[in-house]
Amino acid sequence: MLSGLTIAEAGTQLRRRELSAVDLARTALQRIAAGRELNAFVTVADDGEVLRAAEAADARLRAGTPAGPLDGIPIAVKDVIATAGLRTTAASRILERFVPSYDATVTARLRAGGAVIIGKTNCDEFAMGSSNENSAYGPARNPWDPTRVPGGSSGGSAVAIAADMALGSLGTDTGGSIRLPASYCGIVGMKPTYGRVSRFGVIAYASSLDQVGPFAHDVTDCALLLGAIAGPDARDSTSVDLPVPDYAAALAGGAKGLRVAIPREFFVEGMQPEVERAVRGAIDTLGGLGATVAPVSLPHTEYAVSTYYVIATAEASSNLARYDGVRYGARVDDDGSLLDMYRRTRAAGFGPEVKRRIMLGTYALSSGYYDAYYLKAQKVRTLIRQDFAKVFAGADVIVTPTAPTTAFRLGEKTADPLQMYLSDIFTISINLAGLPGIVVPCGQDDAGMPIGLQIVGPPFGEEVVLRTARAFEAATEWHRRRPPEAA
Amino acid sequence: MSPGASSAYEAVIGLEVHAEMLTQSKIFCGCSAAFGAPPNQHTCPVCLGMPGMLPALNRRVVEFAIRAGLATHCTIAPTSRWARKNYFYPDLAKGYQISQYELPICVGGWIDLVVDGAPKRVHLTRIHMEEDTGKNIHDAHGSESLVDFNRSGVPLLEIVSEPEMSTPAEAGAYLRALRAIVVYLGICDGNMEEGSFRCDANISVRKPGATALGVKAEVKNMNSFRAVEKAIAFEIDRHVRTLADGGTIVQETRLWDADREETRSMRSKESAHDYRYFPDPDLPPVVVSEALVEEVRRAMPELPDARRARFVAALKLPEYDAEVLTSRRDLADYFEAVVAAHPNAKAASNWVMGDVLRLVKERKLDEAVVITDWPVSAAHLGELIALIDAGTISGKIAKTVFEEMVASGGAPGAIVEARGLVQVSDEGPILAAIEQVLAAHPDKVADFRAGKDKLLGFFVGQVMKATGGKANPPLVNRLLGAKLRGES
Amino acid sequence: MKISREEIHHVAVLARLDLDPAEEEAMTTTLDAILTYVDKLNELDTSAVEPTAQVLDRLPSWRDDVVTNGPDTDALLANAPARDGDFFRVPKIIE
Ligand SMILES: [Mg+2]
Ligand SMILES: [Zn+2]
Repeated sequence: MLSGLTIAEAGTQLRRRELSAVDLARTALQRIAAGRELNAFVTVADDGEVLRAAEAADARLRAGTPAGPLDGIPIAVKDVIATAGLRTTAASRILERFVPSYDATVTARLRAGGAVIIGKTNCDEFAMGSSNENSAYGPARNPWDPTRVPGGSSGGSAVAIAADMALGSLGTDTGGSIRLPASYCGIVGMKPTYGRVSRFGVIAYASSLDQVGPFAHDVTDCALLLGAIAGPDARDSTSVDLPVPDYAAALAGGAKGLRVAIPREFFVEGMQPEVERAVRGAIDTLGGLGATVAPVSLPHTEYAVSTYYVIATAEASSNLARYDGVRYGARVDDDGSLLDMYRRTRAAGFGPEVKRRIMLGTYALSSGYYDAYYLKAQKVRTLIRQDFAKVFAGADVIVTPTAPTTAFRLGEKTADPLQMYLSDIFTISINLAGLPGIVVPCGQDDAGMPIGLQIVGPPFGEEVVLRTARAFEAATEWHRRRPPEAA
Repeated sequence: MSPGASSAYEAVIGLEVHAEMLTQSKIFCGCSAAFGAPPNQHTCPVCLGMPGMLPALNRRVVEFAIRAGLATHCTIAPTSRWARKNYFYPDLAKGYQISQYELPICVGGWIDLVVDGAPKRVHLTRIHMEEDTGKNIHDAHGSESLVDFNRSGVPLLEIVSEPEMSTPAEAGAYLRALRAIVVYLGICDGNMEEGSFRCDANISVRKPGATALGVKAEVKNMNSFRAVEKAIAFEIDRHVRTLADGGTIVQETRLWDADREETRSMRSKESAHDYRYFPDPDLPPVVVSEALVEEVRRAMPELPDARRARFVAALKLPEYDAEVLTSRRDLADYFEAVVAAHPNAKAASNWVMGDVLRLVKERKLDEAVVITDWPVSAAHLGELIALIDAGTISGKIAKTVFEEMVASGGAPGAIVEARGLVQVSDEGPILAAIEQVLAAHPDKVADFRAGKDKLLGFFVGQVMKATGGKANPPLVNRLLGAKLRGES
Repeated sequence: MKISREEIHHVAVLARLDLDPAEEEAMTTTLDAILTYVDKLNELDTSAVEPTAQVLDRLPSWRDDVVTNGPDTDALLANAPARDGDFFRVPKIIE
């Protein structure tokens, strides 16, 4: 019953009472249990809780007073997003038993919209990774081929959609953590403009880059989810006080007359040929739909990964200092010394990649190196931002591949962090510039693995991004492709 | 300290003051900032640094910082920035303190002092906003410490002076002046014992005339003005002795031990100090418009300097009186209340600076942060002065009445009535007393008339005594003189 | 070498991470490779460029100074690894 069902379709059936929220929730829980080997969830919500929420939704729907388009819809939430009373681990040992007393603003907005939160999805520890292999609770696996990664860091949230365990899910995107898994898992994923969605209650990785966004089967569902979570929040001083447009209404426009920019730096040596072919084909499709396509240059693209790994790790080294074994979290203190308690707690609580990034960030901020690394990276960030501003002076959207390759095999890149970092080469600069970006399926490689198209807009240009994505989706069938097992 | 040694060196003192602001709520969350709640009662996920929590700035904190800056002649930065100061300590919830570093909200500025009669201007390096930390409770015996986060996130002003003071007395005067300012401004209660007004001192010594600064020591943990002065004196002496004995000073943080009256080296919190300051990505810059500065300026309470000037110009008080009366906001308020009750500023000043302050000091009332239980109410003191000015009682009787007011808390009018202390000004009873005195001393009367004029004083005294001190003295003089010269 | 074993040890202490010798060795190699890659940034002359700390170009309104939180001590200490009444308990702090 869940297979390929979209939020929009389910919503209609729920309101017509052809479907009950309770049945939907039960099916979702069964799918999660059946797909356990994909390891998409760190924590599945208690059945009782889930069914209670679903029954409440059914009551509203019966009464003809739904809380909104998400009323009764099973939604999965990345495990870096706080859920009151539901364990929130950030896929880390150090928070293994952490149960927040508070909801993140996005969680509260989902609940207020009637969404049924079915569980906390797997991800790279503290959202640090591109493959979901850095989870303390084991890697999530790609439903299209369980020997391959789903992409990271929001791997579990993407798997949950691709494998029909939820109708929608939330992830976070700091350097590509929504868009890469969406691309690898053949679904739609969107990173909003920095400041569009509240970060309150979202466990911070890199505060100036993190942004929460939706995963779904199609662009329409993404628009519905974004509409539910977007908007200013007095508890997040970096959330921007702008009205939230009607994203669903923005989908209609079509591609006619859109000015589409293609940055030449995003088609690189050693790119997987099928990926380049699929993306070029998608661009032709947009052209065929009446968009004007023009090549442009984003000259500082090649510096994005370096810039990102200095800024993100510097912020992370400070953001993760609070995990010190004093107020919450796992503590190791075998002997009495405070310094040892700190060092052993953090050594035992954090995985290798998290330690690596804390070390790199601490070094980049330490006296004598601040100017050479952190300040330098901030200046290059300015140049990268200016590149995009120049392009958007003459374009509505930028269209690029999402990653140089399709999903790689588990363990393929774990030995070489730098190779792993390079999987984000096409997504990272969008975070550095704070721009909105969406990924939609646009093909499959010879092995049948999905390929994603990235569409980027100007600051707070979510509407034109969604409109372009929807125009492409409407003209293609890729978003209907299901993983072999799920189909 | 040994004068021989100290004269070979001069001390250089700079002070860093942390003043807890009198806001209702904390700087970045809606918890109460009130002092003295049970452990961890004034906490929430934000000030406990729980995962995913973010700061939301309290506007009053910015307004108070601007007030402090305007009061000390600072430049208010149109844009200032929040920075993270990173270090690990159990009372530091997030593993970093949100503070200001490269771009503080106030820069420059100064405070004018009078140190034993001489004027002295101390310049400020900066004033910035930051959050306070929690409190570690160290029990001497147990193998563990306890942490209370009630103070975590209470707003602080950090006020940093230039190293322009050279004696403990100057440092003390600077601190008293600064405390008077923040208390006048209503942005801090100035309580050093509870730690809402804290001072760290940077001290170094150098040969007179040398331009380079010597190696400095930072001294913490002084919770009274006296402690600050003593600690600075101790440090200067320690530096001078060490150098005089050919030793060297190491740059370090030292703690003042009030019981032993000495400073001792403190084991550092960071095994290596490296705070890794960087701009806080969770908080946009603090942008202060000219309009906001003006809004704050208009709402500024009157400051000590302005009030002193007004006392001299409008109330015609001597500089010295104005200086003493404005040294504390509560004292100046009391004085103005007395004048409001009866407009004789000079008399009010004499009474307040004389009898009232004497009692205040005797009773140590001035150790309170704000004096509330004055020996007599301002209204009563005004009424007493009014009785003198009306000639109802003499200044001499007034002293008696004052003592009675202090003892009974009664109103002066009532006391004068009850004790029949009203001054006698009709001639009848006074003449009678004069007759009686002259009759009692025929020999002295003869001597007077033989030219011993100075006996007049003796007769006046006798007459006042005979009238129980109530006779109007000028009248006694006139009538007595007439009688003795036989003019009637 | 961009970074030495000694620097790695110093940084690990700053970051309160207890690394065993093997981890320190591996960390030195990896960070050295990453820093070498990051060196790419020095190809750019940024002497005339302003740094970007945040991409926001709008300012938030500030909170009013009102108390909105009541005591919730039990819920807040529920995740504490060690508590003593309403205090958090930590190993002895020596100053
Ligand atoms: Mg400070
Ligand atoms: Zn709080």
